Amino acid sequence: MFRGISSLWAGMRITGKYFFSPRAIVTQQYPENRATLKMEERFKGEVTMPHDENNQHACTGCGICEMNCPNGSIEILTDRIPNAEGKMERVIDKHIYHLSMCTFCELCIKTCPSNALAWGQKFEHAVFDRSKLTKVLNQPGSKIRKEAK
Amino acid sequence: MSEEIIKDVIVGENEDYIINMGPQHPSTHGVLRLEVCLKGETVKYLIPHIGYIHRGIEKMCEANTYQQIIHLTDRMDYLSAHMNNEAVCMVVEDAMQVEVPERVKYIRTILNELNRLASHQLWWCAFGMDLGALTTFFYGLRDREMILDIFEESFGSRLLHSFNTPGGLMHDVHPNFQNRIKEFISYFRKKLPEYDQLLTGNVIFQERAKGVGFMSKETAIGYGVTGPSGRGSGFSCDIRKIAPYGAYDKVQFNEILETGGDVFARYQVRMAEMRESLSILEQLVDNIPEGDFTAKMKPIIKLPAGEYFRRVETARGELAVYVVSDGNKSPYRMKFRTPNFSNLFVMNEIAAGCKIADLIAISGSLDLVIPDIDR
Repeated sequence: MFRGISSLWAGMRITGKYFFSPRAIVTQQYPENRATLKMEERFKGEVTMPHDENNQHACTGCGICEMNCPNGSIEILTDRIPNAEGKMERVIDKHIYHLSMCTFCELCIKTCPSNALAWGQKFEHAVFDRSKLTKVLNQPGSKIRKEAK
Repeated sequence: MSEEIIKDVIVGENEDYIINMGPQHPSTHGVLRLEVCLKGETVKYLIPHIGYIHRGIEKMCEANTYQQIIHLTDRMDYLSAHMNNEAVCMVVEDAMQVEVPERVKYIRTILNELNRLASHQLWWCAFGMDLGALTTFFYGLRDREMILDIFEESFGSRLLHSFNTPGGLMHDVHPNFQNRIKEFISYFRKKLPEYDQLLTGNVIFQERAKGVGFMSKETAIGYGVTGPSGRGSGFSCDIRKIAPYGAYDKVQFNEILETGGDVFARYQVRMAEMRESLSILEQLVDNIPEGDFTAKMKPIIKLPAGEYFRRVETARGELAVYVVSDGNKSPYRMKFRTPNFSNLFVMNEIAAGCKIADLIAISGSLDLVIPDIDR
C-alpha cells in the first residue's frame, strides 16, 4: 500500500510541476494566432503556379506533371495560338488542379522541367462545396514567360 | 478447432456470450472488429475481422510507376512512413544496381530513428490512455511535436512525408536539420525519466500490465510476431542487426530483448528502444558526410525482369517487400509482408483466458496500426 502511495506521489509531482510552471506550456493558440502564424518554407499546403509582376508564368503545357501525377489531380487543357513569327504554338489554356484528389507526393513539382509549379503555404482548405477545390492555376490573361537563353 | 468455433458462432448452441469489439472501438485505433466470445467476464476466444479499410494498395502498385508507388506505402503504416518508403526504394535500388551516396544512407538512418521515436512516443501516450492514464496522452504528444516540427521543416509534411525516391531523397535536408535534432536529443533525454515516473512506476499500471497476455517465444516465432512485441518474448528478430542496411552497420546499438513475454515486457522493450534510438541519433547526427542527396537515376525506371526482395525494421516489426517485374515501368506483382498483420493474429492465442478488460492492455501492447493490416 505504501508502494502504491509513493508511486502515485511520484506521478503527481510531475503533473504538479507543470501545473505550477506556465512557461512549460507549448500549446499554440491556433485560431487566435492566425495573424502571426507562419508556415515553414517547404510546407506542402497546395500546388501553386507562381506568376511574376507581368502576369507571366513558366508553364509550357508539356504535360509531364499530368503524366506523373499518381491520382489524376492535374488536367491540362492546351490551346494553339499564332506567335510573333506567325507559327502556331502550343500554350496552356487551363491548368486544372483538383485539390480534393491530391495526395501531396510532390512528383509534379519535382518533375516539372521548367520549374513552373511550387508549393503554397495555405492550409485552411475547408469549404462547403467540393467544386471549390478544383482550381485553375494559371491566372486569367497570363502568358508564358519568354526567357533569354 | 476452427470448425468448432465456426459451428459455435453460427448455431449458438452453448451459452457463450459473443460481443463485437469494434469496428469503432476507441482502443483499437482504427476500424478493426474483434468478435469476442465470453464466458462470464473471461475471454474464451476471439476472431479478428479485418478489411474495413482495405484500399488495395498492392493492386494499385501494379498500375503505378516505381516513383509513384512510394506515396502509397506512406499510407500503410502511417506512423513509420519513412521506413515503408525506404523499403520500396531499396528494392528498386537493388534491382537497378544503383549505389546510393553515403549521405543518403546516413540521412535515411537518422530519419528512420526519428520516425521510430515519434511512433513509440505516440504508442506510449495512447497505451497510457487506454489503461486510464490520460496525462500520458498530452505529455507524449508534446514531445512528439518536436520531431514533427523537424519533419515539417525538412519535408513539408508531418505524417505522410514521401521524402524518399528511388536513388536518394527528394531534396537535401534543411540547413537547420542537425541543430534541431541536437536540440531535440538534449530535450528528450531530460523528459524520458518523466515517462518512467509517470507511468512505468505507477502501481495501478503495473498491476494491469504484469503477468497479462503472456506470449512464449515459441508462440512468437510460430505466428511470426516481430518487432518490439516479438522481442518482448525473447525472439531476436531485429533486422537492423540481422541484415544491416543504411548506416546501421556503422553505429553501436543493442538489440533490446526481454524474456517476460507479458504486456509489461513489451512495454519495457519499447521504452528501452527509445533510449537506443537516441543513442543512434547521437552517433550519426554530427557525422553526416557531404555529397549528393540523390544518385543519378533515369527518369523512367524499368526494373529488369525478375524477382526482388528486401526487408526493413519498422517501428512495429519486419516489413518485407517482394516485387516481381516483367521489365515494364510498373511491377507485375508487389507484395508487402506487413508486421501488424502477423502481430494481430497472435491475439487469439495470448488473450484466451484473460479478462475482457485485459484485452485492451493486450491490443495496446501489440501496438497495432489497422491500415497496415488491411492495406
